[in-house]
Amino acid sequence: MGLKRRVSYATVTQINGPLVFIKGVKDVGYDELVEISSARGRSLGRVLEVSRDVAVVEVFEGTTGLSLGGTSATFLGRGLEVGVSQEVLGRVFDGIGEPADGKPYPYAREKADINGSPINPTAREYPSEFIETGISGIDGMDSLVRGQKLPIFSGAGLPHNALAAQITRQAKLLNSSEGFAIVFVAIGITHDEAMYFRRSFEESGALANVAMVLNLADSPAVERITAPRVGLTMAEYLAFEEQMHVLVIMTDMTNYCNALREISSSRGEIPARKGYPGYMYTDLASIYERAGKIIGKKGSITLLPILTMPNDDISHPIPDLTGYITEGQIVLDRGLYRRGIYPPIDISLSLSRLMKDGVGKGYTREDHMDLSNQLYASYARMKEVRSLETVVGEEGLSEKDRMYLKFGDFFEQRFLKQAEDEDRGIEETLNLGWDSLALLPEDELSRVSPDEISKYMKKRT
Amino acid sequence: MRIYRVSGAVVEAEESTGVKMHELVLVGEANLVGEVIRIDGDRAFVQVYEDTYGLKPGEPIKSTGNPLSVELGPGLIGTIYDGIQRPLSSLREKEGAFIKRGISAPPLDRTKRWHFLPTAMVGQKVSGGQVLGYVQETEIVKHAVLVPPDVKGELQWVADEGDYSLEDPIAKLPSQELHLYHRWPVRTPRPYLERLPADEPLVTGQRIIDALFPIAKGGSAIIPGGFGTGKTVVQHQLAKWADADVVVYVGCGERGNEMTEVLRDFPKLVDPRTGKPLMMRTVLIANTSNMPVAAREASIYTGITIAEYFRDMGYNVALMADSTSRWAEALREISGRLEEMPGEEGYPPYLASRLAEFYERAGRVKTLQGNEGSVTVVGAVSPMGGDFSEPVTQNSLRFVQVFWGLDKDLADRRHFPSINWITSYSQYSSTVSSWWIKHTGEDWPDLVAEAFRVLQTENDLESLVRLVGIEALPESQKLTLLVARILREGFLQQNAFNDVDTYSSPRKQYLLLKAMIGFYRSSEKVIEKKIPEAEIEGLPIVQELIRARFTVSEELKLEDLVKRAEDAPKSLSGEIDRGDKM
Repeated sequence: MGLKRRVSYATVTQINGPLVFIKGVKDVGYDELVEISSARGRSLGRVLEVSRDVAVVEVFEGTTGLSLGGTSATFLGRGLEVGVSQEVLGRVFDGIGEPADGKPYPYAREKADINGSPINPTAREYPSEFIETGISGIDGMDSLVRGQKLPIFSGAGLPHNALAAQITRQAKLLNSSEGFAIVFVAIGITHDEAMYFRRSFEESGALANVAMVLNLADSPAVERITAPRVGLTMAEYLAFEEQMHVLVIMTDMTNYCNALREISSSRGEIPARKGYPGYMYTDLASIYERAGKIIGKKGSITLLPILTMPNDDISHPIPDLTGYITEGQIVLDRGLYRRGIYPPIDISLSLSRLMKDGVGKGYTREDHMDLSNQLYASYARMKEVRSLETVVGEEGLSEKDRMYLKFGDFFEQRFLKQAEDEDRGIEETLNLGWDSLALLPEDELSRVSPDEISKYMKKRT
Repeated sequence: MRIYRVSGAVVEAEESTGVKMHELVLVGEANLVGEVIRIDGDRAFVQVYEDTYGLKPGEPIKSTGNPLSVELGPGLIGTIYDGIQRPLSSLREKEGAFIKRGISAPPLDRTKRWHFLPTAMVGQKVSGGQVLGYVQETEIVKHAVLVPPDVKGELQWVADEGDYSLEDPIAKLPSQELHLYHRWPVRTPRPYLERLPADEPLVTGQRIIDALFPIAKGGSAIIPGGFGTGKTVVQHQLAKWADADVVVYVGCGERGNEMTEVLRDFPKLVDPRTGKPLMMRTVLIANTSNMPVAAREASIYTGITIAEYFRDMGYNVALMADSTSRWAEALREISGRLEEMPGEEGYPPYLASRLAEFYERAGRVKTLQGNEGSVTVVGAVSPMGGDFSEPVTQNSLRFVQVFWGLDKDLADRRHFPSINWITSYSQYSSTVSSWWIKHTGEDWPDLVAEAFRVLQTENDLESLVRLVGIEALPESQKLTLLVARILREGFLQQNAFNDVDTYSSPRKQYLLLKAMIGFYRSSEKVIEKKIPEAEIEGLPIVQELIRARFTVSEELKLEDLVKRAEDAPKSLSGEIDRGDKM
């Protein structure tokens, strides 16, 4: 765009929610960055729509305190950029990438637009390296692989933060000799929650390898839109320029979606379901699809977003659209949690789409996929038996059904349940799986082969 | 023409007098590709196929005079394109791993030389769709070089056999030169002589589809399903194993890694009919969810136009669109930017007519050159919350003949493909059954009907069983439930990731079904002799029937299984020697 004189406009004609309408602008580009000056100081915004007469600007930090007469806008001729380098690690930023730890700007190797560019599908490398998290419910049933995007679907009050923190502590991604980094993006969560993660990183000695982008509950809602993009832009640099394995944690994406809805409705857009804009799928995809691996680059971006399902409803637009984009989901269940099972992973609703390529011979163990399928199937059958039991009582159940109940209890209490600091190896996880199956009659196990049964189950019982 | 307003993917142009509807234009200094989608006085609305960031009011918009078109000629097969037919591999060579704006590359390689074998002769009067000659595009696709549909005349010159690049003339008419390729506007269906009935099945090797809910060559189907129900796996299975000559796979607004998976797997997978890699018959269109939304809208049309082109050569083409919901959402987003009056759930009121136009481009036809070709269309639908009452599913159902409804409960039980056999339907069942009778056995329709009956009975008994328990049922109904379980686990379930089970030949499907139904019929007779169902359930043949889909691939063993399945229950009533129970 070259050098040009920056013109300030004092022609604000309307303020609506986070939006400011400025008249008579010239030479303004779509999606350009804007500096807004007012009595409250300077803040940034971006152009959401521009025509010959008027620019619609979304103001980060919100519009509180702005007035029609006392506000002026300067268009900066570029999009929102952040400086990227390895030095973002160990630092804290706000939702638009400004330092928030009282220290100066980190040295930047380059400036990158926070929107990134789509990865060419022909340049992607299909993710297939198993990440051992040490959590049986994940490793055994819904394995995570490097470069995957696997969200945690949770509910208010469920231990999703503890689970995410445990994954970051234990993921063997971190123990490998290759470079690793964590980018932690807080979106509208409380100070306490952010502190919890900080402490957890500190305790595991990872803090120096963490970049934190914090948009807390009392930070401006519009910056919830930029925070994940700022974090991912840093992650992309670390993964694809510095060849690091980056784990990106984002919490809570529900706050992100609500901010999106808020801005959409201030613009007077026609909503799709429950007031959320029709482009929410595309918008979420522009975040989640930045995870992955690229041919010829050593690094990877593994994405672990957390979202709380409003009213525990998995068909709510937020989890629903997320599930269509991500490569599976880990679903937490309130019933399990109430029965004291941590992590309360509902395996029948959870799924890892990339598991089939990351487990088995040469990765984990040859029986892994069949075993996992069998556990799913038997657990689903067990749930049917449990609901039958509520009708007919345990006496009304057949011998076989009662075996299923025993299987279910063992599976939940021994396989799923583990301590927050328990790091279970994959061998132990798989063996516990076989121990659960051993409680069932052998002819009920149609998903595992007779060879596997004699090799892995018989030996142990 | 100049930019007046920019809002997302939509640009409003002023001073646009003379511009045509659906004309391709180049927007701004960066020459971003766009298409005129509405004209209002001297204002035109343009949907832009690339990211519009930085565009400014006042920047120029250039007309091209042409509608959005695709290049059709040798070099399509094995290539992966974006929604407006930019070759993604070339873009990657030019720009690296990330897709940048304002770059272009010719869809078909201009440097490659193809060996052209002429069949048309000088002095011959030719018209649209007729064959000038052939190019062996891949080992399995012989590419007919066609006269463009809107061209005719007397051939004044035809090139000799030899190697030619796309820009070399290969024939001359008084009015123009003809090349190995031509262009065709994507929103205009390619013409044909007449429609033919769709009565031959597209054999997919997927048992529940072929046996219970078949699709005909030239037919259309939708696969709606919530996330995690396996839409994409079914689509990939069809693209892999369907007996089409050419497959066009459109990844429309879905995951990038899913296209990577296709790119990784298809060159390695072997087509069971030709023994050649599947990539040699496949064209890929990838406009993933993070690529520009307007190009997603175009990708469906780009795909179907390429499919029609191969149809016009006399091929049976199958097009998979995953997912049509993302395409509809793109329509909705553009419509919102145009500030149109919304219909249901914010979708534009013309959603139904757009869907109709798309699905009506499927069909079996007599081509302009007089032979037969077909385009089969299978559209995935991603209904919000898995709720089939939403507008895209409901409107699509009005225009397709086959409905494969994916079921969340089945998927949760890891029953795949999770096609629900109670709610799904196919209107081709009776029309394709003569093919099955001819290629498998006289009793095919009876076997299928019996399987349906058993499954329906199981469904009817389900709530009763939940109330009173299975023990309260009469023995004959217990038997029906047992057979239903054998059918579910041994026939309807199919493991896409198992080397043997991933594809079932028609013969294998027939023999499996015959063995199961044969077992049922002979067990019924045994039950009549007051032998308890539990004894039948304990027979080893039950497990064998369930596992046969994995373990038996040789037909001889299957023939044997058919006999043993019929004999095993008889052993209980002493009709034959009980020796085989030892």
